[in-house]
Amino acid sequence: MHRRSKLERAWEFLIEKLIALSGLACIIFVILIFTFLVKEGIGVFKTVGLGEFVGGKAWYPISDPPKFGILALIWGSLSVTIGAAAISIPLGVASAVYIAEVAPPKVKEWLKTGIELLAAIPSVVIGFVGMLVVAPFVGDLFNLPIGQTALTGSLMLSLMAMPTTVSIAEDAITAVPKGYKEAALALGATRWEYIWRVCLRAAGPGIVAAVMLGIGRVIGETMAVMMITGNAAQIKLSLLVPVRTMTATIAAEMGETVKGSDHYAALFGIAIVLFAITFIVNLIADAFLQKGRGGAR
Amino acid sequence: MKSAIKQKLAFALMGLTTIVVIVPALVIIGIIVKEGAPALSWEFLTTFPAPGMVEGGIFPAIVGTICLVVAAVVFAVPFGVFAAIYLNEYASENFLTRLVRLAIINLAGVPSIVYALFGMALFVNYMKLGASILAGGLTLAVMNLPVIITASKEALDSVPQHFREASLSLGVSKWQTIRHIVLPNAIPGILTGIILEVSRAAGETAPILFCAAALYKPELPTSVFEQVMALPYHLYIIATSVPGVSSEQKYGTALVLLGLVFAFNFFAILLRARLRAKRKW
Repeated sequence: MHRRSKLERAWEFLIEKLIALSGLACIIFVILIFTFLVKEGIGVFKTVGLGEFVGGKAWYPISDPPKFGILALIWGSLSVTIGAAAISIPLGVASAVYIAEVAPPKVKEWLKTGIELLAAIPSVVIGFVGMLVVAPFVGDLFNLPIGQTALTGSLMLSLMAMPTTVSIAEDAITAVPKGYKEAALALGATRWEYIWRVCLRAAGPGIVAAVMLGIGRVIGETMAVMMITGNAAQIKLSLLVPVRTMTATIAAEMGETVKGSDHYAALFGIAIVLFAITFIVNLIADAFLQKGRGGAR
Repeated sequence: MKSAIKQKLAFALMGLTTIVVIVPALVIIGIIVKEGAPALSWEFLTTFPAPGMVEGGIFPAIVGTICLVVAAVVFAVPFGVFAAIYLNEYASENFLTRLVRLAIINLAGVPSIVYALFGMALFVNYMKLGASILAGGLTLAVMNLPVIITASKEALDSVPQHFREASLSLGVSKWQTIRHIVLPNAIPGILTGIILEVSRAAGETAPILFCAAALYKPELPTSVFEQVMALPYHLYIIATSVPGVSSEQKYGTALVLLGLVFAFNFFAILLRARLRAKRKW
C-alpha cells in the first residue's frame, strides 16, 4: 500500500475543509443577502412605519413630502401573478402529464427540448417581443388606449413560469411508482382513468410544488414586466389596466436615487418584502416536494 | 366504450395544451430571426455604436457580456462544484445539511432584482469595487450558484456507488477517490451545468443594472474594475429609452443575444445527449 506523506495528508485535510466551507458558503450568502437588504432598507420601516409602508396606497417617492406606500405595487405584482398563474397552471400541468404519460418516447424528447428552448429565452427578449408585438395586439383586441397592461404581462409571464412548472410537475409524475400504474391497469382502468384517479393524486404534492415554484418565478420577474405592464401604480380591479410591480419599481427607480436617502431605503424595503415572499413560497414548495418524495417511497 | 372516447378526448386536449405551451417559443424565435436577420452583418457585430446609439454596431456590448460571463464562471464554478461535492460525498443527513439545502433552494428563488440590490450594496458600495466587471461577475456568480450546485450534485450522484467502494476498499483515501474516480466520471455532467450557467448569465439584465452595466461606452474594457456595456442591457435601453433606433437594429441586437444564449444551450444539450449515450455503466 502506498503510504501517504505528511504533505499529502495536510493537503487532503485542507481541501476537505475547503469543501465543507463551500457547502456552508450557501448559508452564508443567504444571510449576507438578508443582512445587506435589512442594513440598507431598515430605515424606511423606522421613518414610514411598517403598516404605512405595506398598507399605504400612495407611492410618490419624489414629491414633497414623499409618500412611500407600496400597496399599489403589491397589487401590481399580485394581479400579474394571478393572471399568469391562471394561464400557466392548467396548461403547464396538462402538458406535464402529456409529456410524462402520453407522448411516445421520440415525441417526448422533442417536447422536452421545446420546453428547454422556452426556458432559455432571456427575460429581456420576452419583454422586447411583448412590447413590440403582444402589447399592440392586446390593445387592439380590447380597444384600449394602451396595450401595456396587467394582462399583457400575465400572458408573457405565463410563458416564463411554464418551463419551471412543466419540468418539476413532470418529474413528480414520473416519480409515481410503476406498481400504481400496473395495479390500476390490471384492475381494468384505462390509461386516462389511471392518470385522473391515481397518478395525479399520487403526484399531487410534487405538482403543487411545481406550481408554487412557477409562481415564485413570476413574482420575481423584472425586465419583461417593466417593459410590458405600463408601470402605473394604481389599484383597479381589472387586468386591462397598466400596473406597476414591486420588481419593476426597484429596477426603474434605483438608478436615480441618492445612496442613503429615504427613497433608496424604501426601494430596499421593497426588496425585503420580495425576499420574504419568495422565501416563504420556496419554503412551502420545498415542504411539498419533501412530502411528495416521502409518499413515493 | 365510453371510457375509451373519454381517454381519446383527454389525450387530444393535453396534446393541444402542450402545443400551446411550446408554440410561443417558436413564434418568438421566428419573429426575432425574421426581423433581425437583415440587420446582421460583420460590421454590426464588430463596430462600436455611434453616439446616440441609433447607428453603428454592438461590438462593445458583446465583449462586455463575455467579460461578465467569464467573471461569473471563474467565481461560481469552484464554489459550486465544491459545495456539490460536500453535499453529495461528505454531508450526513443532519440539521446542517438540511440548512444548506434550504439555503440553495432559497438562493435559486431570490428575484434577480433583489440580487441586483444585494450586489450593489455588498460588492459595489461596501467592498468599494464600484460598478465594474468584477462586481457584476460576483453578483451573477452568487445568483447562478444554485444552477451549478444542482447540476454538479446530479452528476456526482449518478456515478455508481460501487466505483467508490472499489476504490475505498483498496485503501485509497476519500479525497483521492473523489479526485481520481468520482470527479472524472462526473465531469461531463458538471460541464453541462456550467454551460447552462453561462447561457443564463449571458441573458440576465436585472442583476447587472446597478453593478456593471454601462449605458454607452464605446471602448473595450482594459481592467476588471471598469464598467462595460452588456448585450441584454443594451437591448433594453435601445428598446425603451433611445428614440430613433430602427426596429431592424433592435431586432438584430435581440437576435445576437438569442443566438449567443442558444448556442450555449445547444452545446449543453448535445453534451448531455452524448454523455448519456457513452456512459460506462
